[in-house]
Amino acid sequence: MTRKRRRLYFVLAGMSVLGLAAALVLMSFEDSLVFFRSPSDLAENPIPAGRTFRLGGLVAEGSVVKDGVEIRFVVTDLAETVPVRFRGLVPDLFREGQGVVTEGRMDENGVFIASNVLAKHDENYMPPEVAESLKEAGHWQDGKEAEASD
Amino acid sequence: MAVDLHRFANPTRFLRLVSAIFPWAAGLTVILLGTGLYLALFVSPEDYQQGDTVRIMFVHVPAAWMSMGVYTMMAVSAAVGWIWKHPVADLSGKAAAPIGACFTFLALVTGSLWGQPMWGTYWVWDARLTSMLILFFLYLGYMAVWESFDDQSKAAKAAAILVLVGAINIPIIKFSVDWWNTLHQPASVATMEGPKIHSSILTPLLVMGVAYLSLFTTIFIVRVKAEILDRRLRIMQVNALQE
Repeated sequence: MTRKRRRLYFVLAGMSVLGLAAALVLMSFEDSLVFFRSPSDLAENPIPAGRTFRLGGLVAEGSVVKDGVEIRFVVTDLAETVPVRFRGLVPDLFREGQGVVTEGRMDENGVFIASNVLAKHDENYMPPEVAESLKEAGHWQDGKEAEASD
Repeated sequence: MAVDLHRFANPTRFLRLVSAIFPWAAGLTVILLGTGLYLALFVSPEDYQQGDTVRIMFVHVPAAWMSMGVYTMMAVSAAVGWIWKHPVADLSGKAAAPIGACFTFLALVTGSLWGQPMWGTYWVWDARLTSMLILFFLYLGYMAVWESFDDQSKAAKAAAILVLVGAINIPIIKFSVDWWNTLHQPASVATMEGPKIHSSILTPLLVMGVAYLSLFTTIFIVRVKAEILDRRLRIMQVNALQE
């Protein structure tokens, strides 16, 4: 075996071992690397009241109620839902049907008291006219459902 | 193929090649960057959700592509430099690193400025943003390693180890938005189902992508020529001292 060949195998073996190690570490960290929990996650593993975490999902259609500085809405992943209360300013993209990530804690009544609301936007980019014609043609929900299911 | 690449491991031949490419790369950069920015800022339509803010994408996304592309190129150079001991490969990585670091910084800053109006925050510690920040630190670490050795062949070896170990981060960045839930949206261009961007927005984005690539090539040629000449100068100095 020439020295070049030996170095080649050394690099290949080293990279494979590193890749494997990284994959194992990431797999064991999977649960703690979660940026937000969905309503379904909460239904499976409830988080005790008072502990701060992030809740993410879509703002349910027809659920937004503005009451002075307080805003109430429901976060859904199309399977489970969680009611949310928030005092403060929401981002421009916040609207019904939009993805949101909220930070806060559950109160005793199962209502999520948010201290911060962030809007998520999806991976689709298009001019407003195209969005309109997609809605008219009835293809609009295709993308939304795909997003909510993951 | 391998034989051809070995030919260009000869620094003199490599210098001749990149010098011939240089005017074309520079000209292409000017034309594409001009066209791309004009298309991005004036021709391309508003987004249905984000309005005019979507125009930040034309600066942000190609910078993020380049930050990962340049790092991948450095990792390949490091492996080639290590295995076949080609000095041009080591110097290529050294020459590319600061350019890649600038692209990463640009992606982080424009992403942050985009996040504030759209998400409602400049920064969150989600998997995509965090792995991009780690990439930036990897670039800085790589550059620091090169500077911390007097012996250039030792520096090349240490830097190669760093860049190869850090290469694990590249697939993590790419798939972070699929593996974990993040505030950052999933991939829009390189997806299994094809691009999710309307052609009127995708075209300027791709033009900007090629423009960034030519910009990188142009600056890279200047830097790698300087590195090769610097290496020659060092050797001449050592020889002069020995006489």
